[in-house]
Parts: sequence; C-alpha cells; structure tokens
Amino acid sequence: MPVRLQILDDQITAYLSGEIDHHTAAPMREEIDETAQRVQPKLLILDFSGVTFMDSSGIGLVMGRYRLMQELGGELQIARIPRPLRRVMQVAGLSKLTNLDDGGDSHENQ
Amino acid sequence: MKTSNRMKLQFDSRSANESFARMAVSAFIAPLDPTVDELSDIKTAVSEAVTNCIVHGYRDEINTVTITADIYPDNRVVIRVRDKGCGIPDIKAAMEPLFTTCTTGERAGLGFAVMQSLMDKVKVSSKEGKGTTVTMERKITSRGEANG
Repeated sequence: MPVRLQILDDQITAYLSGEIDHHTAAPMREEIDETAQRVQPKLLILDFSGVTFMDSSGIGLVMGRYRLMQELGGELQIARIPRPLRRVMQVAGLSKLTNLDDGGDSHENQ
Repeated sequence: MKTSNRMKLQFDSRSANESFARMAVSAFIAPLDPTVDELSDIKTAVSEAVTNCIVHGYRDEINTVTITADIYPDNRVVIRVRDKGCGIPDIKAAMEPLFTTCTTGERAGLGFAVMQSLMDKVKVSSKEGKGTTVTMERKITSRGEANG
C-alpha cells in the first residue's frame, strides 16, 4: 500500500511510502481525498518518513492537498521529510511551510 | 572529448516507465561511484524530464521516449531525454517556475526548475510538432574525493 491512513478524531495522518512520481501520485491522491472528503478533518498530516524517492509530482501532491484542506476549512502539515527529498521540497519553497530541519527521521519529533 | 561509455534506451511513454527510466540511468552511472545525493539528484532530474515527455510531449498518448547517457573521462554525465511529441511553443515560458499547462492543479509546474537546480547544466531544444530534447549534465564527484 503506497499510503496508510490513520484517523484520530478530526485529524488524518497519511503515511506515504515508496516512490512518489507522476505514476504513483494518482492513487495516493485518490485515497487521501476520498477519506478527507468523508471525514472533513481539521488537520491533515502528510507523513513522508516512508518515502524513498520523490520528484515534483510529490510537490503537486502537497499543493493539491493544501488546496483541498483550504476548501474544507482545515490545515495541512507535512512531516518527517527524509533527507534526499529535502532538495526537491526546497526548490518548491515548501521549506517555508514546514521546518525541514525538524522534519527529521525520528518519531519523537511528532 | 571522447566518451568513455554510452547507452541508449527506448521505451513506451507509459507512466509506469518513469520508475524504470530513472533506475536504468542510475544503474548505468553506478560504476562512477556517485554519492547518495548525486544519485538522488540525477534520478529526480531524469524522472522530471521523462514525465514531461509523457504528460506534455505526448499528452498521454503512447509513443517512444529515448534516453541517451554519455559518461566522459572527467566524470561528467550527459543525459539526453527526447520525445517526438508536440513540442514547446515558448521554451522560456515553459521553464519559468510554476508555469504549467495542466488544469487539474495536480502538476506543480516545477519540472524544469527542479532539473535546473539539481543538475549543472540543462538545455532544452524543441520544435512545434516535431518534439523536444532535454540535455542535462552533471559532474560526479566520486565518493573517495567527496570524503577526502
């Protein structure tokens, strides 16, 4: 499973895993959106700790979910970005939305 | 400069092949002993270029994507990703960060920006109705040098 969803009250955490490219982003997006539309969470967390590769399709995934959460009146957080993904996040300026240094690889940061 | 190794790869413009393409290039340059970051940068840039061929060049119709990779004795890798698709009418505009022709809102418009920031050189040549070639270059610092 490329994405595992955990629902806790009005919060959804999407644990993404494997490689995110144009091919794999579509099923991830569909699964997250379907659940988010149903649950209407206040907070959606995209957890990247299980992601081994990401190109700009991952940025599209984040931007699309950011818009969705705005529509739903909630917030989006991105968490636990593995080191190799940070350069792509930085090109996109997403380092402004999240603290990449704290996005680290340990669960304790959450 | 004469190349020290060369490969050419052709495959269908199916999105499942995005992963295959970057893995193949990564396997080809592995003997240069690139660092983890270098390998990750090159894989990402190849993935962007191949996705552009599939999504934009061929607009999701199945055709052929061609990749050639040349390794030079000074550890430079030159990768060409080519499609025979619709071409880009305005390359300068297409290379602007956040420019996208995608209307679903799921493409960030950052493909060229990512390629340019991860590679030493990126050149795009395109002709409307004929296709597009992206040429990217990156010098590999072998791990020994990087550590020393």
